[in-house]
Amino acid sequence: MSKVYIALQDNDDSRYIVEAIEEDNPEATVIHMPAMIRIEVEGRLIVKRTTVEEKIGRDWDVQELHLNLITLGGNVDEDDDGLSLHWNQ
Amino acid sequence: MTIEIKTSTLEPVRNTFAHIERRFGDKPATRYQEATYDVQSEENFNYRPLWQPDKLLNDKTRTDIKMEDWYAFRDPRQFYYGAYVQSRAKMQEAAENSYAFFEKRNLSRLLDEPMKAKLIRFLIPLRHVEQGANLNNMYACDYGYGTAITQACIFNAMDRLGIAQYLSRIGLILDGNSGDSLSEAKLYWLDEKVWQGVRACVEEMTTVDDWFEVMVAQNVVMDGLIYELYYTQFDQWLQDNGGQDVGMLTEFMQVWNKDSTRWVDATLKIAASESAENTALLEQWISNWKAKILTALKPLASEMLGADALAQAEASLDKRLAKAGLFK
Repeated sequence: MSKVYIALQDNDDSRYIVEAIEEDNPEATVIHMPAMIRIEVEGRLIVKRTTVEEKIGRDWDVQELHLNLITLGGNVDEDDDGLSLHWNQ
Repeated sequence: MTIEIKTSTLEPVRNTFAHIERRFGDKPATRYQEATYDVQSEENFNYRPLWQPDKLLNDKTRTDIKMEDWYAFRDPRQFYYGAYVQSRAKMQEAAENSYAFFEKRNLSRLLDEPMKAKLIRFLIPLRHVEQGANLNNMYACDYGYGTAITQACIFNAMDRLGIAQYLSRIGLILDGNSGDSLSEAKLYWLDEKVWQGVRACVEEMTTVDDWFEVMVAQNVVMDGLIYELYYTQFDQWLQDNGGQDVGMLTEFMQVWNKDSTRWVDATLKIAASESAENTALLEQWISNWKAKILTALKPLASEMLGADALAQAEASLDKRLAKAGLFK
């Protein structure tokens, strides 16, 4: 099974998103690359709005994720409370 | 011809500063961490000043609150200078648009004379309260310990100056840029009976030595009550009485209060959860100031909004205090 992954620009907004992803996906591997942070995981990766808001210290719209998004791999399931990635079987 | 693009990854020599690494481990640090933790001088540029030889310039004992680690006061908004300025620039841009819209469409003509008089009597004198809040947060920044909390205080202080300026601009909009409303509001602040209790509290706060007490009295008690009265209840009153357009001019304060409350509540919670002694001290300060400020606000709140307004504001403050782990 291939991994799902998400890559974000390495900036001040993304750092908190990455922290939130790390907390919600303990299995995930975070790879710091020049100017980019790539996170991959077997199975499913979730980004939860509430966790990001707690880390970033303000209201956060899930669509703001796209401002810092470079690429992602996996089938996307997105709503107001979060975004999740997995491969459809 | 085919071009093959090769990439090579350069490993950074180090992830962050040594003192940040000691706290958070060897991994990339956030700007907030790097600009905040252990920044205040401990060894260099720290000595016993001539004006207070029993204390250091940066001394942990200028308050009776005791902390094992003064950097425990993490700001939930993670504001360091850059993040703070960016956030406020965004808020100011929105506010400037609202003010421009209000003035371009001359929305003040929709406010009748009694409404204007009410705003000048109750809202505009608040700029003097904001100036006091500016002084108090400056003081806490000056005598406080640990960049985590002192930087948040100076940010708060600058915000208050901004809010005082917005209140002054509301006055200028109401009086057609003559400045008469500001002079009138100052007279209310100085002479009018409903304002004297509040003025006494604002002035007394600036005489308190303990910087943490000043911060609690101002940011928790005074702001907790006043912001609820003005930017929730008075805002609602304006909406119900044809003054809803004024909401465009006070939106900044409402948004700001939400942002600031996050930090204030977190700070209170961190100090209270440190020790039973801190909790007892905070409760004593809060009870003392709450009693004083409630008495001071009583005539103001009942004339402005009605008899039960202040009780409602108190209930909202009590709810926040309970959440922070106080008065259990």
